[in-house]
Amino acid sequence: MPTKQELLDLQFIEVRHKLIEVAAFLDRIDRHPGAADFRYAALQAAIPILLSARPDRTSGVLQALSDHSHETIPKAVIQGALGAARPAEDSDLGKAG
Amino acid sequence: MYIEPHAHMVSRTTDDYEKLAIAGCEVLCEPAFWAGFDRSSPAGFYDYFRQLTEYEPKRAAKFGIKHYCWLCINPKEADDPVFAREVMALIPRFLDCPTVLGIGEIGLNKNTRNELAIFEEHVQLAMDRNLPILIHTPHLEDKLKGTRLTLELLATFSQLERSKVVIDHVEEHTIAQVLDAGYWAGMTLYPHSKCSSSRAIDMLELYGSERLWMNSACDWGVSDPLAVPRCMLEMKQRQHSAAAIEQIVYHNPRKFLSQSPRFVL
Repeated sequence: MPTKQELLDLQFIEVRHKLIEVAAFLDRIDRHPGAADFRYAALQAAIPILLSARPDRTSGVLQALSDHSHETIPKAVIQGALGAARPAEDSDLGKAG
Repeated sequence: MYIEPHAHMVSRTTDDYEKLAIAGCEVLCEPAFWAGFDRSSPAGFYDYFRQLTEYEPKRAAKFGIKHYCWLCINPKEADDPVFAREVMALIPRFLDCPTVLGIGEIGLNKNTRNELAIFEEHVQLAMDRNLPILIHTPHLEDKLKGTRLTLELLATFSQLERSKVVIDHVEEHTIAQVLDAGYWAGMTLYPHSKCSSSRAIDMLELYGSERLWMNSACDWGVSDPLAVPRCMLEMKQRQHSAAAIEQIVYHNPRKFLSQSPRFVL
């Protein structure tokens, strides 16, 4: 198993790049006109998980970006996925069936 | 040498078969899935099943790759139950083809009632024929709920052999539930969604390799048919042994797939 130092040597530059992309995306959204939607709110809710000390931050972020409703829905409104759960009041997508 | 247990080659060029062969792919398995658009009639699926059982094995064989497939109507086109059942009625006539391994990739897409009903009928078909099952789990925000609904449905089949079921596209928030329930789990290496090589290796380190495989699922979208060999390289960079790499990319898929008597290496 590689040491922390070896993992940093292997992956730090790549992860640094990804972190800067996240920062730049947040800046970009903030300076452009119009209103952000539930996806931006979901990102904002997930980002603090990165700073926590829990050992399962990846699962935590995925959970934060997931639909937590329990029942099947009556009908698919779209075939694809949006990456974050739409609040129930916005759409039938998040409503229990 | 490795096995690619989940690739949608109908969407790929013949060049990709050559790349896979050069990278060491010995066997490739292709589940039936969405083609990037909705087919307008069951006849479209009839032709698709012929493509999977007749044409792709020949195309793969030109590069020394054995091609197997799984059959079903995929969950993205299963929300219309009348249409879905017309397609399902075509499946039995293909199940005796020599390269058909089982039923898949079935499951849920948007977690609808009709998707769940058609999923249940596919599971019953597989059990009636004693066939392995390959299950797709939904994308992105729908995966957590879809995985839970999937496990709840499968639990209602008391005679289901869990070792003959692989639940694919697991991520960090779903893998434990799948493995704890006794099923195999597939990790799909896919850009922007599903799982990266780095995260797949993390999950291997955390959960062990006993009932795990990895695949590229390369399809009509932005995806990489060489995702598995790239992950093998990262495993090596992260000091996994050659034996550990061979276990996850060759011995594990061979063990699961050999539950179909048609799977011959």
